[in-house]
Amino acid sequence: MQPNAEVLYRQMYKSRRFEEAVTQLWSEGRISAEMHLSKGEEAIIAGVVDHVTDGDAMALEHRGTAPLVMRGVDLALLIKEFMGLEDGLCRGMGGHMHLFSPEHLAASSGIVGASGPAACGFAFAAQHLRQGKVAVAFFGEGAMNQGMLMESINLAGAWSLPVIFVCKDNGTAITTPSAEVTAGDLLTRARGLGAHAVSVDGSDASEVWRAAHEAFARARQDGGPTFLHATCVHPDGHLLGDPLLRIVRKPVRELKSRVAPLMKAATTGGSSLSERAASLGSIVGMLGRTSKTQKRGGSDPVEQQRQRLSISDAERTDLEREVDAEVQEAVAAALRSQEAGR
Amino acid sequence: MKTMTFAGAIEDVLTKAMSEDERIVIFGEDVHSIRMNLFTKFGEMRVRPTPISESAFLGAAVTASMAGLRPIVEIMMVDFIAVAVDALVNHAAKLQVFSGGRWKAPMVVRASCGGGYGDGGQHEQSLWGWLAQVPGMKVVVPSNPADAGGLMLSAIEDEGPVVYLEHKLLADYWIDGLADGGRTNLDYDIPEAGLRGEVPRTWEPIPIGEANVLRDGEDLTMVSVGVSVHRCLEAAARLAERGVDAGVIDLRSITPLDTDTVCRAAEKTGRLLVVDEDYKHFSLSGEIAAVVMETGIAAKFARVCVEDTIPFDRRREAQTLPNVARILEAASALAEH
Repeated sequence: MQPNAEVLYRQMYKSRRFEEAVTQLWSEGRISAEMHLSKGEEAIIAGVVDHVTDGDAMALEHRGTAPLVMRGVDLALLIKEFMGLEDGLCRGMGGHMHLFSPEHLAASSGIVGASGPAACGFAFAAQHLRQGKVAVAFFGEGAMNQGMLMESINLAGAWSLPVIFVCKDNGTAITTPSAEVTAGDLLTRARGLGAHAVSVDGSDASEVWRAAHEAFARARQDGGPTFLHATCVHPDGHLLGDPLLRIVRKPVRELKSRVAPLMKAATTGGSSLSERAASLGSIVGMLGRTSKTQKRGGSDPVEQQRQRLSISDAERTDLEREVDAEVQEAVAAALRSQEAGR
Repeated sequence: MKTMTFAGAIEDVLTKAMSEDERIVIFGEDVHSIRMNLFTKFGEMRVRPTPISESAFLGAAVTASMAGLRPIVEIMMVDFIAVAVDALVNHAAKLQVFSGGRWKAPMVVRASCGGGYGDGGQHEQSLWGWLAQVPGMKVVVPSNPADAGGLMLSAIEDEGPVVYLEHKLLADYWIDGLADGGRTNLDYDIPEAGLRGEVPRTWEPIPIGEANVLRDGEDLTMVSVGVSVHRCLEAAARLAERGVDAGVIDLRSITPLDTDTVCRAAEKTGRLLVVDEDYKHFSLSGEIAAVVMETGIAAKFARVCVEDTIPFDRRREAQTLPNVARILEAASALAEH
């Protein structure tokens, strides 16, 4: 089986344009507080969600926007929810980290690792009530050190639950390099807990799609859980306004108030000079990695998928215009709703 | 006197304490960037970033403290402590009794708390009543820079587990990182006196369990903690304009609770209003009512608290959290009788 490149591209392009619109609304102050977007994960989400059908469940984390966009949730309902409006998806009560759609059996949590147990429960219910249906858990590699997620992989293995554990690995847990706080190898770990485990290039939607195809088929036939590991890059960092990215983008403005105390800390007392130098080196390294992530535009998954299209330029332009119009209409509807005071 | 920010006061105390006592170590998620200055000064062995594994590292803090360290373990937001609360409820809090008084867990759990910036009900809770309910725990919630420093010093020196909660509206770096993210087009109701204020020339510990009477009043006593203290002060000033003389007590510690100060004031005014950003039911406010009744004081009682899951929408969030209008309404109703 091979994926339909055009279908995947439409999904990825829609998610990207949607999140760009959300970024704009956030920048205008129309969306409060944190905003974690799926930008950079589109190939993973598209390659997985393309297999999700009615009756399948999705357990989402704090970065749950793209799966819901690709699952077909009304874009205006999502934007209104992000803006805290009463006619939003969850009446403005949950916000972007707490998105729920009972019709899609989709539930989110802002607690890292919580999508593991959630997917197990959905899968357990499927074993009883919806034979052949599966549950997907989305999470980052940072969550792989959270006990409840490890317990969930074991539970899914022991009970042969139809779960696909999708690990989106950008190598960074908030701002901590995951390699520095993670022992061993994630695939070996998942296999040790009884799951099938496979790793793919998460910027390649077709590769993700094929791996997901196998995982879904196995789960639907009572073959147990799969751990699907996919690499990715978050060009916007952990959240919009990521403090590290702000330093990298506007070093003079952002570092002005930070440099003096930092230098004082580095030059006075405390630990040995070599330890202090190592700490400073580690901070510089962290900013360097952040800067590098910024510049890695070439591996953009949406752009890659565009290159794979076999349709004509005119057809592609039509597709993009259609999606653009859908996103614009959703934004306009949300703004109308806000003006009406909802 | 000199002035500091709330966050600056905490860092100043930690810098001094860590310089004087090598047993003090900090660990938690992202501490290399959240505590960048301390990380630079004391190195990675003493300021150590952890994996996102709250139950492992909070549990490890208990035994690390039993074995001679003085850990300050950071839970990024108090909401996340739910993942790991076993370490506190069943272990840290029980140790002294279980060991027949022979072993203690001198650890500090530092976590951000509170709402008012539109982050939703899973990232804006207070939960101090929940943590304070278990015997063996101490829980402190400073409302200004001087108390933030003095209480941190006491928490570090304490021989048992202390939960130290810093309200995000008072800590500028949390508002910058979680709320603004570099934006300048959003407003928050941040009490200036809580964000920045006078601190002593030399830090002295503020005893845990000692409330602070911020304003004397003859007609009514308001009891509060954290950001809500500032809302009470504002309400008291407005009440004074209407001829109602309201006092304000800043508890500073949830447990041990300064019942003497509260009861004395309740007896004097006969009207007690508890303003608490934590949940209303099965709570600090309920505890205060019970304590006053047990003492035999016949005071009229009312409370302004969070009664439901905090809405994400900032307009409804503002109505859910204790605010000056709600306090004035409750205080006026109390004062009429």
